Amino acid sequence: MSPRTLYDKIWEAHLVATREDGTSLLYIDRHLVHEVTSPQAFEGLRLTQRPLRKPAAILSVADHNVPTSNREAGIADETSRLQVEALEENVKAFAVPYIPLLDDRQGIVHVIGPEQGFTLPGSTVVCGDSHTSTHGAFGALAFGIGTSEVEHVMATETLPQRRSKNMRVHFEGKLPEGLGAKDLALRLIGQIGTAGGTGHVIEFTGSAVKALSMEARMTLCNMSIEAGARSGLVAPDETTFAYLKGRPMAPNGTQWEQALAYWRALPSDVDAHFDKEVVIQVDGLAPQVTWGTSPETVLDVTGRVPDPEQTKSPADKEAMLRALEYMGLVAGTPLEEVPVDVVFIGSCTNGRIEDLRAAATVAKGRKVAVGVRALVVPGSGLVKRQAEAEGLDRIFLDAGFEWRQPGCSMCLGMNDDRLEPGQRSASTSNRNFEGRQGRGGRTHLVSPQMAAAAAVTGHFTDVRRLLGA
Amino acid sequence: MQPFTTLTGTAAPLLRANVDTDLIIPKQYLKTLVRTGLGQHLFAEIRYDDAGAEKPDFVLNRPLYRAANILLGGPNFGCGSSREHAPWALLDFGIRCVIAPSYADIFYNNCFSNGILPLVLPLETVEAIAAAGNPVTVDLPAQTVTAGGVTHRFDIEPGRKTTLVEGLDEIGKSLANLAAIEAFEAKRGRETPWL
Repeated sequence: MSPRTLYDKIWEAHLVATREDGTSLLYIDRHLVHEVTSPQAFEGLRLTQRPLRKPAAILSVADHNVPTSNREAGIADETSRLQVEALEENVKAFAVPYIPLLDDRQGIVHVIGPEQGFTLPGSTVVCGDSHTSTHGAFGALAFGIGTSEVEHVMATETLPQRRSKNMRVHFEGKLPEGLGAKDLALRLIGQIGTAGGTGHVIEFTGSAVKALSMEARMTLCNMSIEAGARSGLVAPDETTFAYLKGRPMAPNGTQWEQALAYWRALPSDVDAHFDKEVVIQVDGLAPQVTWGTSPETVLDVTGRVPDPEQTKSPADKEAMLRALEYMGLVAGTPLEEVPVDVVFIGSCTNGRIEDLRAAATVAKGRKVAVGVRALVVPGSGLVKRQAEAEGLDRIFLDAGFEWRQPGCSMCLGMNDDRLEPGQRSASTSNRNFEGRQGRGGRTHLVSPQMAAAAAVTGHFTDVRRLLGA
Repeated sequence: MQPFTTLTGTAAPLLRANVDTDLIIPKQYLKTLVRTGLGQHLFAEIRYDDAGAEKPDFVLNRPLYRAANILLGGPNFGCGSSREHAPWALLDFGIRCVIAPSYADIFYNNCFSNGILPLVLPLETVEAIAAAGNPVTVDLPAQTVTAGGVTHRFDIEPGRKTTLVEGLDEIGKSLANLAAIEAFEAKRGRETPWL
């Protein structure tokens, strides 16, 4: 057999049928469901009177719409409440496993899947959410789908798919002090663009990736959708297995041994072919900050707001002028002189325990700058509990941060956590699109360390200075 | 799903790059439990001002394009969130076809799920169609777009084309493979029982 990539192996192991029209029917092992992209899928099953094929393949939770404070009192916003109630009714009617809103295990789908051991190497994972790519950190083929496809998976446990191309992104070297996986992801997107990975599944390799924790690998794979990729992957290794062992839904006993043997055979073969390769040296990398309204508009924190006069084409110039106007920025301004109004630490990108630890290291013994509102929103109830056991909540509260309940929160502002028009945020989330965090809001994407640094100084700050690195 | 064969009508140009699905339909409209009624919120952030009044210079507010059924877009159209509310909003507004140089994967798939043709043509051709003016005719069986007397040929995967032309029920099509699905599950139960 010719050498195969990790992606090739997962693909071939899930091929149910190859059809006359050239599409492949791919088996789906795991399906995460949340309140926003599922109501019409359940409704579709009802209308066609099709059964839900395999309820046990699903894990469902409400995350996008949920309040992040005082949720014991219920959801005040009526449309949000109705959507969460619709999910609760649907999971009951179709006997789908569900984690209730007030359960400690509740949280963002992409945080709780891995936490519960629901996400496993070599499996296929889908969710009606683009950041499903997160689960690729385990060597699972994981991708976001639309609601019609959610219904398709519910009815058939398969999806018609076309094979993607293989792309390898190799991060070589040692990640400098004060930097995290978010900086790697933003650096990559800055280099290849938001369509750089379109049509491809990216496998992340190299010494810098090998050294990353599972949390950090999830951050990296999470952002692969922002590079346009179908999915991101990291080959499973001892770090992966150590994370999974003992998780509630992970295999145990003899099945654990059997699974381990299977997982160890998953990594890409030596000499496997990649259609596209990118190599990035990370040794001299600086913390990254986005300045515009696309994740590819990113610079070193030591940089300056770019000049539209120095773009390559009239279309680029027009796009930059529009972005600078929306962002309220003037060409040539050092990024470190740009003040922030709001700091958001959380999301499926950076709402895990390690992210909170990294932010707390910076916040410890400091105070949130006057006039800045800073929120910490743990990715799940279990992350919150762990952080509280470590005293991180005290560090944040003493510094003047808000310590909130888990959910998607200000990453997309479907609940009450939103930017006001013109407000500028340093955000650990994944998208700086116009209006993403609230109409007229201005989002700058950064790592948790950089977000905490902005909170305590009131403007973007090279966190390496605060850490004495 | 409504079949797509030929379409003649008005093409509205929105040629900026990286039009994301947050822009197509902002998050505050994702709380709906149904697929319909989103057309009024299509491109809400750039279509209406803070008071909710139409911005006269936005393309879909201009008299010429208020009844557009084709949208001309720039590269990487539909990037970002997987929300199928984006094609639902386009469809509800009346858009049955998008013509752009490239698309983000999930949005592209979502269009086919809803009988919308996301047609791929080079940027120069999209610009030429915009310059030629209306009406524009899209002929999917013949794989052509005609504007201003000029006909452009486009490529599309045969399976995708059939789905749209015949208005196929994709789930029904997959369930035709039920025996293969069951055989796969039996094998999977033996080889990877932990899944």
